[in-house]
Amino acid sequence: MNPFILGQITLFTFITIVSFFFVYKRAKAIYRNIKLGRKEIISDRKGIRFKNMLLIAFGQQKMFKNPLVAILHFAIYVAFIITQIELIEIFIDGYTGHHRIIYHAIESIYGLKLLYVIGVNAIEFLSVLAFIATLIFLSRRNLVKVPRLNMAELKGWARMDANLILFFEIYLITCIFSMNATDSAMHYNETAIGYGFILSGMIARFIHELPHTVLMIWERLGWWGHLIGVLGFMLYLPSSKHLHILLAFPNTFFARLQPKGELSNLASVTKEIKLMMNPETAYAATDSTAESERFGAKDVQDLSWKSLLDAMSCTECGRCTAACPANITGKLLSPRKIMMDTRDRLEEVGRNIDANAGKFVDDGKSLIENGYISVEELRACTTCNACVEECPIMINPLDIIIELRRSLILEDSNSPEEWNGMFANIENNAAPWQFSQQDRLNWAEEK
Amino acid sequence: MEDLKRVKTMAEMMAEGISPEILFWVGCAGSFDARAIKVTKAFTKILQHLNINFAVLGKEEGCTGDPAKRAGNELAYQMAAATNIEILNAYEVKKIVTTCPHCFNILKNEYPELGGKYEVIHHSQYLQELIDAGKVTLKDGGAFKGKRITFHDSCYMGRANDVYEAPREVIEILDAELVEMKKSKKNGMCCGAGGAQMFKEDEPGKQRINTLRTEQALETNPDIIAVSCPFCMTMMTDGVKGKDKQDSIKVFDLAEMIAHGQGLDSIL
Repeated sequence: MNPFILGQITLFTFITIVSFFFVYKRAKAIYRNIKLGRKEIISDRKGIRFKNMLLIAFGQQKMFKNPLVAILHFAIYVAFIITQIELIEIFIDGYTGHHRIIYHAIESIYGLKLLYVIGVNAIEFLSVLAFIATLIFLSRRNLVKVPRLNMAELKGWARMDANLILFFEIYLITCIFSMNATDSAMHYNETAIGYGFILSGMIARFIHELPHTVLMIWERLGWWGHLIGVLGFMLYLPSSKHLHILLAFPNTFFARLQPKGELSNLASVTKEIKLMMNPETAYAATDSTAESERFGAKDVQDLSWKSLLDAMSCTECGRCTAACPANITGKLLSPRKIMMDTRDRLEEVGRNIDANAGKFVDDGKSLIENGYISVEELRACTTCNACVEECPIMINPLDIIIELRRSLILEDSNSPEEWNGMFANIENNAAPWQFSQQDRLNWAEEK
Repeated sequence: MEDLKRVKTMAEMMAEGISPEILFWVGCAGSFDARAIKVTKAFTKILQHLNINFAVLGKEEGCTGDPAKRAGNELAYQMAAATNIEILNAYEVKKIVTTCPHCFNILKNEYPELGGKYEVIHHSQYLQELIDAGKVTLKDGGAFKGKRITFHDSCYMGRANDVYEAPREVIEILDAELVEMKKSKKNGMCCGAGGAQMFKEDEPGKQRINTLRTEQALETNPDIIAVSCPFCMTMMTDGVKGKDKQDSIKVFDLAEMIAHGQGLDSIL
């Protein structure tokens, strides 16, 4: 075998194996981190869950609330998926040292060849659409400055992350066209007919007179560039908000199906109340659970694993925050920031575990305050569910807010004076205001 | 205009050996808040006018615990719930109707797990049922004719429980012009009272939520802002007063408008 090709195969194999190893490690860490959350069994009504996943993650149903953005987003999404088909050939070529192995294998069978050419043409057309969409998205972020894409919580890494992903897409599309256009040009020079790729064929017409060596090097740059881009993307993805392209699927599958107004009843409190009301039977029933339970959540480990999956799935689009009545009227609360802080804290806890041989060592911090979610933010929520309604992939920021509020009140007795008064009234006179229960029917005495 | 007749309690009904068809859960606002009491009375008049066999709990009713729960005080909530469930179960209550979306949501969605299982409906749904059954027809349907009414969705009926059409169908029989706000139904904006915000000052910000919501309502140039929640009532009424529009724009509950249309109440 040509030593040049042998070298390429070796390099290709090495790079892909190393990349997959690191992706595997990151994926494992993310899985472990999500499992740090409180256990919650979600296994009911699989049919509806599957339908949600199909419509909302795969079909992007909720995105279509804003059709223009939805179509642009859909173009990038479909281009991304369909490009993976060409990637299959790139991988086989890479491991075997062939060039367009599938094309050459089926070249003589007209129907299959046609299918191949249609496939590549679809990739190219969608890539152009995706390219346009990417430019529009970049300008929405950086020129038009759509408010929800330019809020305080996005300063720094979040903003960089969003732009990097978009530049990345432009880079990948450039590579695909470099590869296909130069390849088409060389093929045309050799056989006097092109592959039949419409868009790259048009570019090929302009460049086919370049020296063969230039075309070849350019083609290889595009090919390797595309491959390294894809691998780089895979390595970058787990650390990026862009992880939603994968996690949207499990996240919509496991999303809650109850009415949005329904909050969980804290089981630990139910137990306490049973104890108070009927000590003997309650003792007998609960004796075995010696482990002390937390009331609500102070840190990420106290949240349901589903809330942690929510946090890892969030792509920081900010539709939740743009709909939040507290945020719109200038309060500190931003549901997106709730999700971002939860993810940041979860990753901090994960790093802590990695650094301490698999065990979390108390770092004196928690999800509340410590540069994460402030009490003031939590206090501003009206539990209106606008954020939950908005999320295109069924993330629920309200679940986290309620769990943290529970911890503030029940564990820390951290409550505004007015709320303390309201609690006392409910406990003493069965109304949130200071009215006597004896007067509850006074209204009926009036005319 | 009709006078309120005597309202019977579950205890009285039970002593007489009658089991009422429905329990009217009045709620704390409906019992104590001067404005909400008017809604309670209007709805009661409708029930009495139709000879519906209903009762209230009266002095045995207590806060459902909603504001405590939403604030994070699960203990106060579950204590309240345990007490209420004990009473409701003792009277073998099957069906509850309430004029408060917060009571509706918590009774319907959160009490069952604690042992309180009832059929719970909101008065907007109940009124719609009565209208559909032909029981509520407007004697003087012209009272609201041509008036512009915008309906403010309460979060706890709307997004929380996906009830959007019942209140609109109730408004429909008033023969008025229903004008939707830009943010309505699924996209409706909160009045600012939920999540126990009703019971404390707003967090620092540049505007009160009810002021913004009122501005959104005023954009529709309404004669009436219709609500179906006592807390929305307070918030929107305050908002309209804040804009000094209380003389030209009224905030009414659905029950009040239906009672007025039936000649049971006089609000216009």
